[in-house]
Amino acid sequence: MAKQQLLLIGHGMVGQRYLESLVAQGGREHFDITVLCAEPLPAYDRVGLTSYFSGKTADDLSLVPEGFFEEHDITLKLNTKVDAIDRAAKTVTTNTGESLPYDKVVLATGSYPFVPPIPGNDRDNCFVYRTIDDLDAMIAASKTGKVGTVVGGGLLGLEAAKALHDLGLETHVVEFAPRLMAVQVDDFGGGLLKDKIQELGVTVHTSTGTQDIVDGEHCTHRMNFGDDQHLETDVIVFSAGIRPQDELGRACELAIGERGGIVVNNHCVTSDEHIYAIGEVALWEGRIFGLVAPGYQMAEVAAEHLMGKAEQEFAGADMSTKLKLMGVDVASIGDAHGNTPGCRSTVFMDQTAGVYKKAVISECGKKLLGAVLVGDAADYGNLLQLCLNEMDLPGDPSALVAPMSDGAPLLGADALPDTAQICSCNNVSKGDLCAAIDGGAQTVGDLKACTKASATCGGCSALVKQVLDSELEKRGVEVNNHICEHFAYSRQEIYHLVRVGQITTFDELLEKHGSGDGCDICKPTVANVLASCWNDWVLNKPHAGLQDTNDYFLGNMQRDGTYSIVPRVAGGEITPDKLIVLGEVAKQYDLYTKITGGQRVDLFGARVEQLPEIWKILVDAGFETGHAYGKSLRTVKSCVGSTWCRYGVKDSVGTAIQVEDRYKGLRSPHKIKMAVSGCTRECAEAQSKDVGVIATEKGWNLYVCGNGGMRPRHADLFASDLTDEQLIKTIDRFLMFYIKTADRLQRTSVWLENLEGGLDYLKDVILNDSLGMGDELEAQMQHVIETYQCEWKSTIEDPQAVKRFNHFINETAEADDNLAYVRERGQRRPAYEHERIELVEEA
Amino acid sequence: MNSAVTVEWKAICSVDDVLPGTGVGVRLPSGQAALFRTRDGNFYALDNMDPFSHANVLSRGLLGSLGDKRVVASPLYKQHFELETGQCIEDDSVKLTVYPVRVQGDVIELATPA
Repeated sequence: MAKQQLLLIGHGMVGQRYLESLVAQGGREHFDITVLCAEPLPAYDRVGLTSYFSGKTADDLSLVPEGFFEEHDITLKLNTKVDAIDRAAKTVTTNTGESLPYDKVVLATGSYPFVPPIPGNDRDNCFVYRTIDDLDAMIAASKTGKVGTVVGGGLLGLEAAKALHDLGLETHVVEFAPRLMAVQVDDFGGGLLKDKIQELGVTVHTSTGTQDIVDGEHCTHRMNFGDDQHLETDVIVFSAGIRPQDELGRACELAIGERGGIVVNNHCVTSDEHIYAIGEVALWEGRIFGLVAPGYQMAEVAAEHLMGKAEQEFAGADMSTKLKLMGVDVASIGDAHGNTPGCRSTVFMDQTAGVYKKAVISECGKKLLGAVLVGDAADYGNLLQLCLNEMDLPGDPSALVAPMSDGAPLLGADALPDTAQICSCNNVSKGDLCAAIDGGAQTVGDLKACTKASATCGGCSALVKQVLDSELEKRGVEVNNHICEHFAYSRQEIYHLVRVGQITTFDELLEKHGSGDGCDICKPTVANVLASCWNDWVLNKPHAGLQDTNDYFLGNMQRDGTYSIVPRVAGGEITPDKLIVLGEVAKQYDLYTKITGGQRVDLFGARVEQLPEIWKILVDAGFETGHAYGKSLRTVKSCVGSTWCRYGVKDSVGTAIQVEDRYKGLRSPHKIKMAVSGCTRECAEAQSKDVGVIATEKGWNLYVCGNGGMRPRHADLFASDLTDEQLIKTIDRFLMFYIKTADRLQRTSVWLENLEGGLDYLKDVILNDSLGMGDELEAQMQHVIETYQCEWKSTIEDPQAVKRFNHFINETAEADDNLAYVRERGQRRPAYEHERIELVEEA
Repeated sequence: MNSAVTVEWKAICSVDDVLPGTGVGVRLPSGQAALFRTRDGNFYALDNMDPFSHANVLSRGLLGSLGDKRVVASPLYKQHFELETGQCIEDDSVKLTVYPVRVQGDVIELATPA
């Protein structure tokens, strides 16, 4: 049977979710899918739009997995706006003049920002806050303007205000209603929110309507309010609510609601059975849902219906929200305004601390109907579950909002029913998490990967962790992070024991805190921790036997038992003379030579007994060990920066060398890679490193916890516009905190993903010194830096150590006679097993 | 004792040549052995060839214990071999040759089939 033609009109967050759901159900077998997207970019995270201002790129915000369209053979047409749908002929026509036939159409055109009909609203530098293009235009306008104003004090309006504030403009918010976020919070909450936002330097004008916008005296515009009040401003952003983008539906005479929106049934089918509508364009039982989670639910329902499954129906959605607005936590749950007949409220307010909490309780006093939280939304997860699952309140209702009252009814994850929705963005229930745990998920990272829980806004991550811990415990999985059978401790605990107990050898630690002889897991781990703390030479007698072969022979063992040699080339900068030395050594010992990804040279095929003599030549020529074998700092990659590049803003090579020299030899839970880029073109690929530094005209931007390799992760922007001194201080603290708290062999990316509180917590600890350990971390790093030694220099100067490099203890002049090589592309490599047999036969 | 099998003891090195908790490679007329000294001062010897990688590297493996068994871990792919018996813990079908070791005064001797 020929495939049917499916057209998806609009490719936003909901459209992308629809595609993912459809292909997961095998939709490609029945449909040829074409996506028509009016924007120049495929789906991106509109919820995270504000982060575009704080350094995220359009790529970071993209929601489309790489290769998604190619893999599923879906046609994507960008910059393609649909002009009309001809329902009789079953075709659509586009602005590119194309006419496309269809069997089914899905409308996911979303909404557009409502611009109030104020005279002058179409002047230059008046924007809406909706697309990346809008943001680019705001950024351009902010370069010449000084004052920015947002019309509308709702959720998106405050996001827009944050954006203007971040762009360095004097920022105002003008709201017609008497309070901010009128839909979600009450008067007290709104008042407190206003105070907090004004403290941050944004002026809020409530109960203020704009009559017209005219030329200003000092600024581009003058906004005239009633009562002779006015405000001068250069940039205006309208954020006064949304309206469904329903013209296509209107033009082809689908059923439309009185105030807009394409009417859909419980399966998201419109009045034409061949056309679906999902997301913010769809009107369900007279309501438009302006949040992403209900849109996702509609996407799932519509995709299932298209595939002939009608069990799932859209049944409305909970509009509870939690967000951080300019650093202020705000949450709204259920009946936040207490509209239910007979309900009563219990309120806690602390103006000095800036906290307001209200719980709306049912007439019977047993159920939570709604809540408002401002300033402290830590209880959001608990309260939401109580409300959504209509659970009986565990005790006195006032304890729901009272601060730290004894016996405050902390709702354990245990108490939740399996149907409880934990992640509303991705509709993951407690039952889904339990199934994933039964399937082998052991960490929050695992759950995130297989269920998408906490993968969108992250608001539920603490709850996900609670469910995980309690479920693992229930299953009798001893939540055991002991490093091995010899030590009943995690790596973090071992680090602590070593630090606090001033323990300097493995034997001492084993005697005091362990059992047995140790093994190939705990010995290298403890050796690594000892080196992080005390930085003794790794081949000192008490430590030598603990080292994995790579650390013992200070090289990387290859598949035939020989080693590779990687001298340090800080920042990738090398003189011709030193490069010639590398070439001569490689030639003399017939070493296979390859340039590494970290901008250095790797020499392969050195036999163990050759290592000291080769390194003697290298050390004499001024080289140091590159620690390519250690769980330690590898390289700091750099682009050439202002040294030569016509676009270079700062001296990236100089900084890379400074950073590499500072942290070289630092032993850590896993290898550490860094990079420094001299401008935002980012040629050093710093955002794929554990620590990435990018020069800007105002200083250095620091990114952390990126990764390439098996599980790529974009680094997070950690701090902006740092001076040289601030940069070093921040990296010092960051690295030492990682070394202090990470698990064995845990890269910074996974470490951050499993860190409770995530990036915000990490920023608090490192930048705001919330644990008061900043000085200590810096001092510990200083010790490591001051005690640096080149391990190869120390080794070749110690005849006893050099002796250990002999292949045979009894015939020291002999080499391993079992090695066999094949020449390929002008160099040698170890023979494979089948080649080896041929070689032996020939001999 | 089975008097039919005769062994030849061969002097290898002095006790101090092997650090406690490490191994060294030994050249034998018939091939290569790995000689280990455990933390408590006992000596063991196995084949030096790692049967999984066919490289002569077992002398460079880490020593340790798993339960009450003393083992060496291959430095390449991390399989464990029992020092007493040569048995591979991860693969029942793999067993290394064990060479008897004795200490005569300060000298370590290895027995090889005569």
